[in-house]
Amino acid sequence: MSILVIAEHDNAHLKTATLNAVAAAVKLGSEIHLLVAGSGCDAVAEQAAAVAGVAKVKVADAAHYADQTAENLAALIHAHAGGYSHILAAATSNGKNTLPRVAALLDVAQISDIIAVEDADTFVRPIYAGNALATVKSADAVKVITVRTTGFDPVSAVGGSATIETLASASDQGQARLIGREITKSARPELGAAKVIISGGRALGSGEAYRQLLEPLADKLGAALGASRAAVDAGFVPNDYQVGQTGKIVAPQLYIAIGISGAIQHLAGMKDSKVIVAINKDPDAPIFQVADYGLVADLFQVIPELTAAL
Amino acid sequence: MKVLVPIKRVVDFNVKVRVKADGSGIDLANVKMAMNPFDEIAVEEAVRQKEAGVVTEVVAVSCGVAACQETLRTALALGADRGVLVETDAELQPLAVAKLLKAIVGKEAPQLVILGKQAIDDDANQTGQMLAALLGWSQATFASKVVIDAAAGHVTVTREIDGGLETLELKLPAVVTTDLRLNEPRYATLPNIMKAKKKPLETLKPEDLGVDVSPRLTTLKVVEPPKRTAGVRVADVAQLIDKLKNEAKVIP
Ligand SMILES: Cc1cc2nc3c(=O)[nH]c(=O)nc-3n(C[C@H](O)[C@H](O)[C@H](O)COP(=O)(O)OP(=O)(O)OC[C@H]3O[C@@H](n4cnc5c(N)ncnc54)[C@H](O)[C@@H]3O)c2cc1C
Repeated sequence: MSILVIAEHDNAHLKTATLNAVAAAVKLGSEIHLLVAGSGCDAVAEQAAAVAGVAKVKVADAAHYADQTAENLAALIHAHAGGYSHILAAATSNGKNTLPRVAALLDVAQISDIIAVEDADTFVRPIYAGNALATVKSADAVKVITVRTTGFDPVSAVGGSATIETLASASDQGQARLIGREITKSARPELGAAKVIISGGRALGSGEAYRQLLEPLADKLGAALGASRAAVDAGFVPNDYQVGQTGKIVAPQLYIAIGISGAIQHLAGMKDSKVIVAINKDPDAPIFQVADYGLVADLFQVIPELTAAL
Repeated sequence: MKVLVPIKRVVDFNVKVRVKADGSGIDLANVKMAMNPFDEIAVEEAVRQKEAGVVTEVVAVSCGVAACQETLRTALALGADRGVLVETDAELQPLAVAKLLKAIVGKEAPQLVILGKQAIDDDANQTGQMLAALLGWSQATFASKVVIDAAAGHVTVTREIDGGLETLELKLPAVVTTDLRLNEPRYATLPNIMKAKKKPLETLKPEDLGVDVSPRLTTLKVVEPPKRTAGVRVADVAQLIDKLKNEAKVIP
């Protein structure tokens, strides 16, 4: 039995989250196949073939896979699930959208957001916003799993030499149609892959202040920008900036939380960062309980100082 | 058009949960319970669609212990018309819940099911997608905007995705799961809480629906995550930079 990992991509580039999912698959110890379902996705198939540890790349290239709709992807994965003991995807918005559908079609449980592999049937996953870690064992014949990217260091994107096979497409389910996407454009690193993250909270007060204060600091540090839910809800920044239980889960080398109180739902998304800095004017803010370095100060005063001093 | 809103009773989001000393799970004794916040958003959305004249009936359904009745009463107080409880003391995992909901959909024949994208206890984020798969329906997860066009037979949903937003048009019937920014749920008023007590609430058992709810996953143990200890306070920006450069070595 082999392991099938679903590649995350935009028809041109393989997303790095795939490398974390492959890393989880490596721990399971069988042959790894990478599924690339897309449209005009040859370049992705080639990048997939270079990923260390992958034996085979299976490519399903059809117009109805271009937009990665769950109905079509799940039908395809279900049709080709035979012979696989495990089906994995990164716990990205795509993976979370599609894989439970696959699990239900196979009549098996899904194991969401794993952070460790104990053995081929047993996995560790956070529950209650990361306030507890559950070790769960699956009794199903096929394990359908989403992988929390911060739990597994990515495998190398190069060095592999997998064979590429073409896979028959499943029929178009014709149930969902993409009307449009508004993708946040940014020259900064992606939140999930950034080494440094500057994150701002409600205290910034406006989108203008957020940009004026945090962008120059992020520029100096080559950082990605993140935010608390309160900052997103208030419209300071787009939704995809949100870090937390229900936003992005990140674990950079350095996370700087600015004007963020440290609600458990926010901590759930960043407490595995290597070094945490908190800047908050309230000495009792809960964020200080997880911060390696805390600075009790008014952010409007110290952020310009910090940016200037770097 | 009828809308079904599945809701889950979970530990209130403000509660800091404790792991049981024997590692068997979370200590739920005397802990405040509430409706899963994402499900409140789902109820609110369905009720708003009814108020806008798009939806004719909102049916709330919950699967679990008898106390889920309270959660259903909350949904009724927020504006749902009827409640259905699938009562069981068994541990329910997302696949089992999706199967129960599929059976309820078979009885109720709604055009739309709106439910929370995840429950804040098991953080699984599966039930809606599984239900859509079992029904062979279309799905839109992580919704931040829902526009129903019943006459045309479709629903247009804006979704929060990793890179930003995406808008899908789904054929009805469909399953939609809610994200945080879809709406801000109202509070139940006292008169509505009183009225909710008189609204119909039906109770069924999984056996009545012919659904096998046996769990597929066994929890071997539950532990606390490694604790992060609070570090040090720095006096000023200069000391912060010094620490980051020379102690943590995370900036050059
Ligand atoms: C179901 C659910 C899911 C959630 N998911 C998430 C999630 O994924 N991510 C998330 O972040 N939140 C999430 N939340 C929300 C969370 O509970 C908090 O409400 C939110 O994180 C608060 O954001 P904040 O820290 O920016 O705002 P606040 O809690 O208002 O904190 C602002 C902080 O700024 C400080 N401050 C004010 N002025 C200054 C100044 N001039 N200088 C320095 N500091 C200052 C204050 O002392 C305060 O600590 C969720 C909530 C629920 C119910």
